[in-house]
Amino acid sequence: MNDMSGKPQYRVVGTRPVRPDGIDKVTGKAVFSADHFVAGMIYGAILRSPHAHARIRSIDVSKAAALPGVQAVVTGADFPTLQSLEVELGEGGGNIVDFSRNCMARDKVYYDGHAVAAVAATTLAIATEALELITVDYEVLPHVTDLAAAMAPDAPILHDKIRTKGLDTPSDKPTNITMRYVKQHGDAAAGLARAKVVARGSFSSAPVHQGYLEPQACTVSYNADGQVLIWASSQGAFMIRTVTAQILNIPIADIRVTPLEIGGGFGGKTVIYLEPVAVLLSKKSGRPVRLAMSRSDVFRATGPAPGTVCDVAIGADENGILTGAEVIFSGSAGAFPGSGTHPAAICSLACYKIPDYYIEGQDVVTNMACTAAYRSPGAPPIIFAVESVIDELANTLGIDPIDFRLRNAVQEGDPSPTGTPFGPIGLKEILEAAKVHQHWSEPLGPNQGRGIAAGYWPNFGGQSTAAVSLTDDGTVIVTTGSPDIGGSRASMAMMAAEVIGLPYENVRAIVADTSSIGYSMLTGGSRTTFATGKAVVEAAEKVVDEMRSRAAQIWGVDGSEVEWIDGEASCTAPGKEARLTIKQIAGKTGMSVKGPISAESTVNPPDPGPGIAVQIVDVEVDPDTGTVTVLRVTALQDVGRAIHPSYVEGQMQGGVVQGIGWALNEGYVFNAKGQLDNAGFLDYRIPVASDLPMISTVMIEVPWPSHPFGVKGVGEAPICPPMGAVANAVSAATGVRMRHLPMSPDRILSDIAAAQ
Amino acid sequence: MTSATYHAPASVAEAVGLLSANPAAKVIAGGTDLIVQTRSGRVKPSAYVDIKRIAGVSGIRAFEGGFAIGAATPCTALLEDAALCAAWPGVIEAANLIGSVQVRNRATMGGNLCNASPAADSVPALIAAGATCVVAGPGGERVVPVSAIPASPGRTSLAPGEFVVEIRLPAQPANASDAYLRAIPRTEMDIAVAGAGVALVMEGGVCKSARVSLGAVAPTVLLVEAAGAALVGTTLDDAALDAMGEAVRAACKPIDDKRGTASYRTHTAAVLARRAALIARDRAGAKA
Repeated sequence: MNDMSGKPQYRVVGTRPVRPDGIDKVTGKAVFSADHFVAGMIYGAILRSPHAHARIRSIDVSKAAALPGVQAVVTGADFPTLQSLEVELGEGGGNIVDFSRNCMARDKVYYDGHAVAAVAATTLAIATEALELITVDYEVLPHVTDLAAAMAPDAPILHDKIRTKGLDTPSDKPTNITMRYVKQHGDAAAGLARAKVVARGSFSSAPVHQGYLEPQACTVSYNADGQVLIWASSQGAFMIRTVTAQILNIPIADIRVTPLEIGGGFGGKTVIYLEPVAVLLSKKSGRPVRLAMSRSDVFRATGPAPGTVCDVAIGADENGILTGAEVIFSGSAGAFPGSGTHPAAICSLACYKIPDYYIEGQDVVTNMACTAAYRSPGAPPIIFAVESVIDELANTLGIDPIDFRLRNAVQEGDPSPTGTPFGPIGLKEILEAAKVHQHWSEPLGPNQGRGIAAGYWPNFGGQSTAAVSLTDDGTVIVTTGSPDIGGSRASMAMMAAEVIGLPYENVRAIVADTSSIGYSMLTGGSRTTFATGKAVVEAAEKVVDEMRSRAAQIWGVDGSEVEWIDGEASCTAPGKEARLTIKQIAGKTGMSVKGPISAESTVNPPDPGPGIAVQIVDVEVDPDTGTVTVLRVTALQDVGRAIHPSYVEGQMQGGVVQGIGWALNEGYVFNAKGQLDNAGFLDYRIPVASDLPMISTVMIEVPWPSHPFGVKGVGEAPICPPMGAVANAVSAATGVRMRHLPMSPDRILSDIAAAQ
Repeated sequence: MTSATYHAPASVAEAVGLLSANPAAKVIAGGTDLIVQTRSGRVKPSAYVDIKRIAGVSGIRAFEGGFAIGAATPCTALLEDAALCAAWPGVIEAANLIGSVQVRNRATMGGNLCNASPAADSVPALIAAGATCVVAGPGGERVVPVSAIPASPGRTSLAPGEFVVEIRLPAQPANASDAYLRAIPRTEMDIAVAGAGVALVMEGGVCKSARVSLGAVAPTVLLVEAAGAALVGTTLDDAALDAMGEAVRAACKPIDDKRGTASYRTHTAAVLARRAALIARDRAGAKA
């Protein structure tokens, strides 16, 4: 059905119903990882390295094992030796040997907080006490937590075997630079030489943490026959299953992972730390084991996003048309390779048509926790650098920064970073919306500044399975294997309700365990509403087809003579006009030899729609204390189609909030020994509610053709613009270009002083 | 296994007895620092002596024209005493910058003082106000200036068996007021990177007396007499405020740490002292 404007009219999609998991979550009934309890369960605890870099000479666990109440002790020696194997997990991936060593150190510890031993005991207090009885003989090694220092020729080397991949001339020298990636088009030097104006700068950003509120935890029960039950929250129960099976050499079908409610992930729960350790503790003790991290463990040992250094030069002609660009950056991967170099390179210049460019990224290991995905992994700090230079170019040429971006913005048909033409991409649409937004022309007061920035994330498709089944009374169950992180139960139910023609309340969506539904890749790359949603729609369509066929049987007509209209079967055969409701069809399945109505669909869509966002930020800077107050934010995004607009707005606002934290106050602080000095929310300063204004959202819908409702992933693009937008605003307010994150008060004052 | 006992004495004498008997016992009021420190392993008390059930150790009463505030009185309870808020707005705002509302429903100025952090928010305001406190111990009670309690970061001058029973704020003359400001990178839930409390007595637009106290710029909260002296006899004109700022910066002996650099702390302490002095002056003027 279309109205005059051509926009499809939906009954359920685009409305804002209550989420099915809402009551549990606001009343505290929801069961998160650390809440899960199993009869006979005992408690695990992990001993963590106090050293940033050390060789383990020996570990003596005898006293711990002898403590009354201790049921099992595990060290790296209990883990199987693995062959190197690269695992693709959707967003990130990595080498299984590294995953295993990150779960439990073997011969070396690579960061303060690296697990070296684990204990399970009848109480958590006994387990914790037992940790103090474990003696680890360390040979402390020189460490390097700073990215630039890790690249220096004389830097302490983390891994003797690493040689830089991707060099024009391979070197056999041990190094911390694991990989060099180059992406180029045309001749960047010639492009810059053609420019009337070239803006350039050197930028940096500190490592930051995803800051999810729920610490990692799991409960594991290993049975005598080798079958394993795992209860845990994550961004993918199937990911837990795969990685645990591979680390421990267990057949995949022997592991059943039941997803629990997740208290935030943001990419940080696309990897695991505890499950293989808990399996070994459970196997040794014969008891179910719960293992949970403290907040300090989370900061010290789970994936931050990389710190970065980035040099950018971009040139434009006198009309403000970009001629060439050069982006050269490095990211700190932490203990093991993988800092999002490829996506950072892909995204860095993706918003703009630039004929000649050169992008080079390096991945560098350092003595901090191994980095993990964090919303648009790798890209945001590099986009911050690019958007800062774009701002400088616009200022130098005296062109309004929105007009400047409009002159260079990519649109449908332009080459995407992978070379294929962009499909419908709404960058121009959101820039136009920003330009006419009242915020853009609102006057500013003294010490205030306004900044704007854009950001791109390609999004992901990937494998998903969904099942839709009809109950006797005509209500419907939707089953997927994608965890509900941002309201996906609601959006899955809404899409199924739309297809079938039922009210939203008659469709219930659940997240199944890994043995109850086919495989789904983890939630990453903003893929779930797109890919799993597509599987749900296809399964719902199969159910509709089956209901039409049953109605045709009942009426004794051909299937082609039954239409599905407004949730009812309608017979179109001449002289046989009749209708059957879903409830009527559902009530008759017991009389059909075909039995229950249920359908499953599997998908692996290769063609996700792009994520594209623009944000306007106003700040006021106290010139005497360097304190930044964020006055106003307008977040605009091409959302494809908002299935549940409130949850799309929530993603946009959440991206802005995390980006403001990244811009202003968040950052890992290491002491002289390489220990993390701010492993808690007191000194790792995520924004609190009173730090923020209400964040306005503008959703622009440019539907994506390969999703039935036009969905584009929305979870990641909104964290790409905020750092650039805040930095551009602070730079405008102070008259000094801010190139280093976080822009903490003392940093701002010292940058202002240095510029004078 | 480690364990701790919990006591809830009903009298000051009983509390002193418990504390005297066990040097590893800790006084607990709101517990907003102590419980966090125990969980992190920084302190390992073998006993908690909860002073909240002792009559008179919670609540506010008039005393010699000023106020006596029980050491276990939660910070948010201070807001309910209109006379106290009118007389010492700087002290009350300082106490109500600590943590969050939920934290302040338990946290007390007595605990803030005895935690002996140089960054304690209420302490510079109390010292600027000239507050004293009543200390109970095996030898009976003594009254000491608030500034005498902190000895070094995390350590007090209290002798074994002693604890702070109440904090006393003096009578506030007409035309007098106070203010406290702190710098934090966030708006709440943070620890002062620098703090400044200023208490002024004004007369005919001229400063008659002034006390300036600084937090988070030295091992203990500082009373900077030279900074106060720079304001006395002036209308708080720019020259006087500059001189005060100079005295503040000269008194600062901060460290670089994860919360801020030494140079930032010194610079900002002077900015905050200047702003607090002007707020205190305006408040005093508004009472005239």
